[in-house]
Amino acid sequence: MSGAILEVSDLKKHFPIHGGFFGGTTAHVYAVDGVSFSIAKGETLSLVGESGCGKSTVGKAILRLFDITAGQVVLDGTRIDTMTASTLRPIRRRIQVVFQDPFSSLNPRMRVRDILAEPIRNFGMAKNRADLEERVALLMDKVRLPRDAVNRWPHEFSGGQRQRICIARALAAEPDIIICDEAVSALDVSVKAQIVNLLQDLQKELGLAMLFISHDLAIVEHMTHRVAVMYLGKIVEVATKRDLFSAPKHPYTEALLSAVPVPMPGAQRERIILKGDVPSPINPPQGCRFHTRCPYAFDRCRKDEPALRQTEAGHWSACHLHDRPDAENPLAGAKGADLIAAH
Amino acid sequence: MPEPLLVVENLQTHFRTPDGVNRAVDGISFHVDAGETIAVVGESGCGKSVTAMSMLRLIPEPPGKIAGSIRFQGRDLLTMTDREMRAIRGNDISMIFQEPMTSLNPVLNVGRQIGETLRLHQGLSARDAEAKAVEMLTLVGIPAPGRRVREYPHQLSGGMRQRVMIAIALACNPKLLIADEPTTALDVTIQAQILDLMRDLKHRVGAAIVLITHDLGVVAEVAERVIVMYAGKKVEEAPVGQLFRNPRHPYTQGLLGSVPKLGSSLTGTETRLAEIPGLVPSLKSKIPGCVFASRCTYATDLCRKVAPALEEKAPHHVAACHYAIREAVAA
Repeated sequence: MSGAILEVSDLKKHFPIHGGFFGGTTAHVYAVDGVSFSIAKGETLSLVGESGCGKSTVGKAILRLFDITAGQVVLDGTRIDTMTASTLRPIRRRIQVVFQDPFSSLNPRMRVRDILAEPIRNFGMAKNRADLEERVALLMDKVRLPRDAVNRWPHEFSGGQRQRICIARALAAEPDIIICDEAVSALDVSVKAQIVNLLQDLQKELGLAMLFISHDLAIVEHMTHRVAVMYLGKIVEVATKRDLFSAPKHPYTEALLSAVPVPMPGAQRERIILKGDVPSPINPPQGCRFHTRCPYAFDRCRKDEPALRQTEAGHWSACHLHDRPDAENPLAGAKGADLIAAH
Repeated sequence: MPEPLLVVENLQTHFRTPDGVNRAVDGISFHVDAGETIAVVGESGCGKSVTAMSMLRLIPEPPGKIAGSIRFQGRDLLTMTDREMRAIRGNDISMIFQEPMTSLNPVLNVGRQIGETLRLHQGLSARDAEAKAVEMLTLVGIPAPGRRVREYPHQLSGGMRQRVMIAIALACNPKLLIADEPTTALDVTIQAQILDLMRDLKHRVGAAIVLITHDLGVVAEVAERVIVMYAGKKVEEAPVGQLFRNPRHPYTQGLLGSVPKLGSSLTGTETRLAEIPGLVPSLKSKIPGCVFASRCTYATDLCRKVAPALEEKAPHHVAACHYAIREAVAA
C-alpha cells in the first residue's frame, strides 16, 4: 500500500517471566503474538479488544517504549524498530501519544507552558523565544483552552482539560500519527464527548493519522475509519467500520458487539453471552485462541490455528468457519444490525 | 396503598472540609418498591455513590453528616442504633461495590466470606455456612463451586470476583440490593455475563435493586425507573422508556446526546456528539438558582436566580426545570 504512513508486520512482543531459584526465565507472556496492519495518511485505525488482549502493547511497541521480540515497524517507508536510539530520536517527533490517565501523564511540577514547550525545544522546532511562545499559544487555541492558562499548573485543571493539554503536547511536535491509548476512557460522559469531537476536528484540520486504542466499541464506531479486533495477542478481524459493524465475520467480534449495552430500553437484539474468561496469555490455548469460548467451535479449531485472510474485499478474518459453505457458516450474511439493535 | 420498601426523603449528606462544607447530596427524595429495579445515573461527583453509602450509613460521621429520613419497611434507618443498623446491613439491605478486588478480604477464602454473613445473621454453623456458600456460588454461575469455595480472591478473575460479591450480597436473601457501579471495572463480555446474571437472579430472588451507574447503556438494559442526579440533586425521574424517548431536563438531554450509539454507521446517524459545555460546579458554595444553569444552553435569568422545583411533567415523570414543560427536542 503506497499511502501507508505506518506499517506493522508480524509484530511480536513476549515478556519474560523470571522465577525459580536462579531467577531465570521460566515462561513468557505472549502479549502480542504476530500482529500486522497498516495505517494510511489521515486515516484512523482502531484497535479494540478486552483488557489483556495486547492492544496497548502494540501501541507501546510502535512508540518503541521497549524493544520488540520480532517483526517490523515501518514509518513512512523507513524501518524504525531496529534503529539505534540516537537515529530514532529525531523520528520520534513524527509519532506522538496520548495516554489514558491525564492525571499521571502530566508532570505536576511543570507549568502548562513548559509542558508544551518541551517537545518544541527538544526537536528544535522554534526559531527563537517569540516563536516558541507563539507556537505554545497556537496549541492552546487548537485544543480550545484559554491562552492565559499556560501559566497554570496541571493540578489546577479538570480531567477533561488535562486531556486537552496532553493532546496539545502531542500536537506540539507536529506528528504524522498520533496513538491514542484509551485516551477518552477515563473521562466522564459529557467531557468524553468534548474530547472525541476535538480529536475528530483536529484530525480533519491537520490530516493526522491515528491509531485509536480502545475497548469502547460505540466510541470506536464514532471515531474510526477501520477497525482491527484483537484477542489474546492476535488480530482476529480487520475491516472498514461499516463492514465490521454490519457484518462481523469473526465469532469474537459478534459476541463483542452483542455484549455492549445500548442506550435503548427494550431493544430487541440477538444476544451472544460468552462463557468463561479470557485465557491467560502465558499459556494461550492451542489451535484457535478463541476456541475455549467460541459458541461455534468444532474439532479443527482445537488443532489448527486459523490464519487471518480476506473473506471479502478489505475484510479480513481469522476463522475456520469461512472454509465451510455459506449454509453451514453462522457468520455468513449481515447480522450486525440484529446484534446491536440498530434498526 | 402500602408504603414502598424504601422511602428516602430530603436526604442531605454534607462533608465538612477545611475549605467549606461539601454538599455532596443536597436534598434528594425517592422511593423504591419491592422487587423493583431503579437506576441512579450521573457523572462523577454528582453524589450518586454518596447517596448509596448514606442509605447503609456507611458514611463516616464526622466529617460526614446525614440528614433527612430513610425509611426502610417503615423504620427510619437514620435514627436506628448502630446495633440495629448492623442487623440490617448484609441481611435486609446489602451492597455490591465497584472494585471487587478491594472489597474482598484477600486473606480469607471465598467460602468464609460468603459464610460470614450467614453465620452472623442467620446463626448457621461453620459447616452449614460453607454448604450454603457452595450453593450460592452455584447460583451465581461459578464453575466447580466445591473447589472455588476454598480459594482466595487472588485466584479468581475479575468477573468471578464480582460473582462472589454478588453471592455474598444475596446470601441472606436481602429485600434490597444496592449495586454501586457493579460492572464498571469489567470487560464488555464479562459485563454482559454479570448483567445477565443480575437480571436472572432478580427473577429468582425477587430483591429490589438500586443500581448506581454512569453508563446509560447499562441503565437501558436493566432498570425500570431512572433517577438522574446532577450536583447533589435529583434533576429528573421517569420510567426508563420514557426517559430515553422523551427526556425533559436539559441535562438528561445533553447526557443522552453525548453518548455515541452503537450502530450509528448502519443507521446513518453519525452526527457530531452533543457537548455539554463547561464543568460540574463546585459543591462547596451554595448555588442560588438551578444547579445546571451555568452549563445549560437554555438558561435564562430566572434559572440563575430561582432554583426550579421538581414538577410532574408527565405521568410518573418529574423534572426540575423551569422550562421543561415544552416538548423535549429528541436527543
